[in-house]
Amino acid sequence: MDWVNAIVQGVLLGGLYALFAAGLSLIFGVMRLVNIAHGDLIVLAAYIALVVVHATGLHPLASAIIVVPLMAAIGYGLQRLLLNPTIGKDLLSPLLVTFGISVILQNGLLATFTADSRRLAAGALETASIQVLPGLSLGILPLFMFAVSVLLIFGLEWIFYRTSLGRAFRATSDDAEIAQLMMIDRRHIFGMAMALSAGVVAIAGIFLAIRTNFDPSSGPTRLLFGFEAVIIGGLGNLWGTLAGGIVLGVAQGIGAQISPGWQILAGHLVFFLVLALRPKGLFPRMD
Amino acid sequence: MHAGFSIERSTATSRVTAIATLVLLVGLVAAPWWADRANIRLLGEIYSFIALASLWNLLAGYTGLVSVGQQAYVGFGGYALFALAMFLGVHPLLAILLAGVLGALIAIPLAPLLFRLQGAYFAIGTWALAEVFRLGFAQLSVLGGGSGTSLTASVVTGIAANRDVREMLVYWTALALALAALAFVILLLRSRMGLALTALRDSEIASESLGIDIWRSKLFVYVAVAGLTSMTGAFIFLQKLRISPDAAFSVNDWTAYVIFIAVIGGIGTIEGPIVGTILFFLLRETLSDLGTTYLLILGAVAILVMLKAPKGLWGILASKTGLSLVPTRRRVAFQDQ
Repeated sequence: MDWVNAIVQGVLLGGLYALFAAGLSLIFGVMRLVNIAHGDLIVLAAYIALVVVHATGLHPLASAIIVVPLMAAIGYGLQRLLLNPTIGKDLLSPLLVTFGISVILQNGLLATFTADSRRLAAGALETASIQVLPGLSLGILPLFMFAVSVLLIFGLEWIFYRTSLGRAFRATSDDAEIAQLMMIDRRHIFGMAMALSAGVVAIAGIFLAIRTNFDPSSGPTRLLFGFEAVIIGGLGNLWGTLAGGIVLGVAQGIGAQISPGWQILAGHLVFFLVLALRPKGLFPRMD
Repeated sequence: MHAGFSIERSTATSRVTAIATLVLLVGLVAAPWWADRANIRLLGEIYSFIALASLWNLLAGYTGLVSVGQQAYVGFGGYALFALAMFLGVHPLLAILLAGVLGALIAIPLAPLLFRLQGAYFAIGTWALAEVFRLGFAQLSVLGGGSGTSLTASVVTGIAANRDVREMLVYWTALALALAALAFVILLLRSRMGLALTALRDSEIASESLGIDIWRSKLFVYVAVAGLTSMTGAFIFLQKLRISPDAAFSVNDWTAYVIFIAVIGGIGTIEGPIVGTILFFLLRETLSDLGTTYLLILGAVAILVMLKAPKGLWGILASKTGLSLVPTRRRVAFQDQ
């Protein structure tokens, strides 16, 4: 039963990883930008949630009404100020600018909040669970997070394929210059894509803060989990990303069951295994 | 007759540079006689960063392989040195060389795996690989597991019994390493493969259509850089005498600093990483009390340089003055008849 439990918990954790990955995937899809600071933005959102909860006494989950718009605004500002000037040049500039942002965020958080690891307490919700089978109970909170992650991915798909904003995203992604001839302001659309990504990051940050301990240096690992979920699932396929997140979560769950030191390592190894055997990912987009 | 021209690479400046470099080298080789112990150590550290930055620059600036995971090889080299010296009794200076060979060997199967990731995804892939190394070495209890291990005194005295002699040998090793890395970069860029690499960086499709084997060129550079980076890592931890997974595979120390040095100095130039390293150490010696703020400032400066002057300090200087101390490009020189 321990093993079944490890796998089920891994699946639920995978939902969170898919959420880490969704924002990364979105901006890569729209502007071919790989944001190295993505994980640090998740941790920034976690700290903002911490501050909001302490200042207002809101429930951590309710803090989203402040954290999400704030992160979206930060995302939009970052894109317009620092990232837009790098888009479309070469590979190096966006990569190194986001790398610089990552280092600044980590050290800025370190200077403000010290290296102590923090956590957001979610009250009674944390320990609430339902028993599905004898010996196997599921936490209400992980279940809720998984459901929200799936809904958010569904929502992103809907925005991308069913709204005029999504149409502008796709048009800019296909051919930015022609899109501009059609009165689409590329700089604004990229800003909106980053804002949307940062909004998802905000939710991911709050969930991270409730689920695990975090500190200013937690970002890169979240970036790697998100990235690995994207590659395992296959590029350009959000549902594949969800599957990738689940594969990663299960691999970590099984690794942890073997030995605590193997939890993260097992996830990375499965990623490299997929890369070796199925370089296009498990569910590549049909094109 | 059209014999009024010849193809040259060297310029008057580069010939002067060559002579000045020789003089400087004599001075640096003699450093143990004019510098004190702390400065010798500092110079050793500077040399290792010149090597790391030049090698990273060769990958990112010339080959288009932007890696944020070179700490994998720095740490691997360090651990290889510790293992060779402590378990097999290899002389530490020889172990540096062997660590380089091992680093190159391990890079051979890893490179094809990473090359499956394109562009920016390659960068994050290298980081994931470095994490595998870090977590993997933390599982090795013979090398101290997560808390690491120190070089035994017998290994240290094995370099040379006399402390002064030992420090001289270690210092010269560092100088030799930096020179080897620089020589490798310069000779490679001046070779046939260097031309191929530059073409490849500018347009992969065009260079492939001209018959350049992209994959093999990239593989060669990645593996050679991995080997030299491992040697540098071995030296760094020989000087530190202590190793732990977090220090050995630190992304801040071996990648963030190195990237900032190359960016600020000038990516895609040979002089850039050297200029960047000197600036980095000048700043560090003056701002070191600032702690984390130092990294904040460095990150901000690097972003600013990337946005406003992507060719870095050396790039600005070179484009304003046409200066090229170590020319790699060939020019047509017309002779006055």
